[in-house]
Amino acid sequence: MSTEAVEHGHHDAHDDHHDHGPEPGLLRWVFTTNHKDIGTLYLLFSLVMFFIGGAMAMVIRAELFQPGLQVVDPHVFNQMTTVHALVMIFGAVMPAFVGFANWLVPMMVGAPDMALPRMNNWSFWILPFAFTMLLGTFFQEGGAPAGGWTMYPPLVMQGGDNFPFLIFAVHLMGISSVMGAINIIVTIFNMRAPGMTLLKMPLFVWTWLITAYLLVAAMPVLAGAVTMLLTDKFFGTTFFSAAGGGDPVMFQHIFWFFGHPEVYIMILPAFGIVSHIIPTFARKPLFGYESMVYATASIAFLSFIVWAHHMFTVGMPLTGELFFMYTTMLIAVPTGVKVFNWIATMWKGSMTFETPMLFALAFVILFTIGGFSGLMLAITPVDFQYHDTYFVVAHFHYVLVTGAVYSIMAGVYYWLPKWTGHMYDETLGKWHFWLSTISVNVLFFPQHFLGLAGMPRRIPDYNIQFADWNMVSSIGGFAFGLSQLLFAYVVIKCISGGKKATDEVWEGAEGLEFTLSSPPPYHSFNEPPVVK
Amino acid sequence: MFSAKTLRLAGVGAGITALAGSAHAAWDLNLPRGVTPISQQAYDLHMLILWVCVAIGVVVFGAMFYSMAVHRKSAGAEAAHFHHSTFAEIMWTIIPFLILIGMAIPATKALVMMEDTSESDMTLKITGYQWKWRYDYIEDDITLYSNLSEASRSRLHGDPNENKAYLRDVDNEVVLPIKTKVKLLLTADDVIHAWWVPELGQKKDAIPGYVNQMWTYIKEPGVYRGQCAELCGRDHGFMPIVVRAVTPEEYVAWVAEQKGEAEATTQQAAVDVNKEWSKDDLMARGETVYNQACAACHQANGQGLAGQFPAIAGSPVATGELGAHVGIIMNGKPGTAMAAFGAQLNDTDIAAVITYQRNAFGNDTGDVVQPKAIQNAR
Repeated sequence: MSTEAVEHGHHDAHDDHHDHGPEPGLLRWVFTTNHKDIGTLYLLFSLVMFFIGGAMAMVIRAELFQPGLQVVDPHVFNQMTTVHALVMIFGAVMPAFVGFANWLVPMMVGAPDMALPRMNNWSFWILPFAFTMLLGTFFQEGGAPAGGWTMYPPLVMQGGDNFPFLIFAVHLMGISSVMGAINIIVTIFNMRAPGMTLLKMPLFVWTWLITAYLLVAAMPVLAGAVTMLLTDKFFGTTFFSAAGGGDPVMFQHIFWFFGHPEVYIMILPAFGIVSHIIPTFARKPLFGYESMVYATASIAFLSFIVWAHHMFTVGMPLTGELFFMYTTMLIAVPTGVKVFNWIATMWKGSMTFETPMLFALAFVILFTIGGFSGLMLAITPVDFQYHDTYFVVAHFHYVLVTGAVYSIMAGVYYWLPKWTGHMYDETLGKWHFWLSTISVNVLFFPQHFLGLAGMPRRIPDYNIQFADWNMVSSIGGFAFGLSQLLFAYVVIKCISGGKKATDEVWEGAEGLEFTLSSPPPYHSFNEPPVVK
Repeated sequence: MFSAKTLRLAGVGAGITALAGSAHAAWDLNLPRGVTPISQQAYDLHMLILWVCVAIGVVVFGAMFYSMAVHRKSAGAEAAHFHHSTFAEIMWTIIPFLILIGMAIPATKALVMMEDTSESDMTLKITGYQWKWRYDYIEDDITLYSNLSEASRSRLHGDPNENKAYLRDVDNEVVLPIKTKVKLLLTADDVIHAWWVPELGQKKDAIPGYVNQMWTYIKEPGVYRGQCAELCGRDHGFMPIVVRAVTPEEYVAWVAEQKGEAEATTQQAAVDVNKEWSKDDLMARGETVYNQACAACHQANGQGLAGQFPAIAGSPVATGELGAHVGIIMNGKPGTAMAAFGAQLNDTDIAAVITYQRNAFGNDTGDVVQPKAIQNAR
């Protein structure tokens, strides 16, 4: 639903202490409590992490380019796969979405800032410390964690010196996320402009409200799981050791009870972003707004009862396997509803294909392909053949890279002109899109074939029957990695300057943020707008 | 269970797969149909779901591409304003739900069949170690350790293309009779592993302290290769599985041969343990044992890998108190990848390898350990 603002961000005569801009100097960024600044910090942090995680992916694809061990020791390879995932999930994707939330949620609901601005500052600044700790383990003897981002015991206990740093880093990331989530929930419930009922909120705000609840529910579970790992290693407990009466599989249950909502935490904001972009460039309202809200809520609810589909081969009782097969298949229904609603939004619109729209449409198509492989994985008797193979790797990279990351890029292109006041270079944006999309499919589609042919995950070397598709995939990987340098260039160039952006930025854009100037004032909506 | 149309489609899929060539063909596109009822059910279900997804994809992406072509501003399209339809929402909720039920029914039947390990004809117990497999034939009382073959190990940093079974060949293969329901028990000694042979169609985790079970019934003789399928440390990619399925008669002959060899080994070990060994003999044998059992981690030159596997050269264990050295080799070091070799190696091998470690790589303790001492230490 679109909203109309009657009053724009006028400064009131008796609010004169809000008239100043940001403090001068670098310390502004350390002490800021301004949601726009903190949003920028999260987004820039995420971009840096994206390249760090990407560099590790390049090492992985370099080793897998040909059979034989050419590039790294297998132990280093395991560190690459482990830390690549931790960095991308907790350092790139999640902070990017929080960055979007910080920039946009207050503006979209007509609020002057987040409800808890100082806590907001801490939520961000915890992250550089957490990742310094995690990445610092590369310099320890024995290297970085190498037991998979899923940290299964008993293997993770063989980690050596990096183990406590891994646990501590995960705790810090969790605290950051929970504080951020609380902030978002409180802001949305308490600071909406008069007239903005819940069912008049923009869909991005809805998806973040629901995501925030998932975060609050799931992150403490992860904290519990990794704390039990810590006590098993250092304080004599045996939660996960059969010799002491414990069970390694219990870790998996607890981890994935967090882990499955986690992947929806990484995709619901994406759904929100795409639900803003497609209506704008189709010049047509979002189809089925209430249905989209209910579908998102259904997905969030269902995400709590599917976790064991990550564990179909642990030796679960048949009843458990059947239950989780059915619930996992069921989650396809609300997800499909969303895809159909986006298509119905496009249908009989008047579309133009600027870069944000290209990324958003590619998201719908390629995320759906990831959804198909996800449906195949849900079928337990066949999952026995897919589990722990490259088929799974292909699936989650389709939903996370061409899903979540594409939505992040789409959102960056879409809102950068609002945030900076400059249009980005459209030609370069389109080059970035096409180079990325062709290479990302060359990179990940063949991994379906590799998994079906029998190639397991997390191996640095393989039989020559897998050589051909691995070489193709690696070439796609190198091309995709290089293409992202173009993205960084476009972003930096846009921040530095460019054609002046109007308030509305895009013909057909709706939402309170587009009633503000581009860039918006440092403090916006000191007076709440009236929403009809 | 499957309609004629589905079976024909599955047949087309199988045909395409067959055209792709043998098991070692490059450019493989699809799951193998395999040689067991389980693998074949899995394949058929896989093809069914795949075709359903393809069909849905054609419709959904077709609509999108059509819309992108026709409903564009540059083609003069004017935007409509509709933005809801309860009827549409209901239909595109119910129809997918019905499609899912259509998939869930055959999937349930297949899963029930796959999890039924009852009435098996023989039992094979599989234990995962870092980084090898151990097989115990329960009824026939045979034990095998199965390691990555030398033909692969020697090519890791060389040219793997010369070995068609590179990283999928072993020193001791698992031999099983065809047309026999074999119950597979799975466990592990250290961390979680998983046993998987794609053409047999089943994969299950091998978890330390727990016993999982699955079953197989191999319809055709042949050699079937698989790999460990759960990250288990540095050499996760280097602990393959080879199953050789033979006729029941050939299996019986193989069992007899194994027992004969085992008997001979036991007799030889009994002789060896009572002998007084010279240091040179122990060193020679110890070097062989070291290269087979220790070098993968501690390296052939005894230098280990910094931060992961300690060096034997100059090691406080290998140059310090002998009892502690024996203890670590016999019992392993919990919380690390150092396995307990007490069960895997016999007294003479252990005595030899300890002697070797204490006197090679620049170590010169002068210690000579006799097999009898190890036997007494057990």
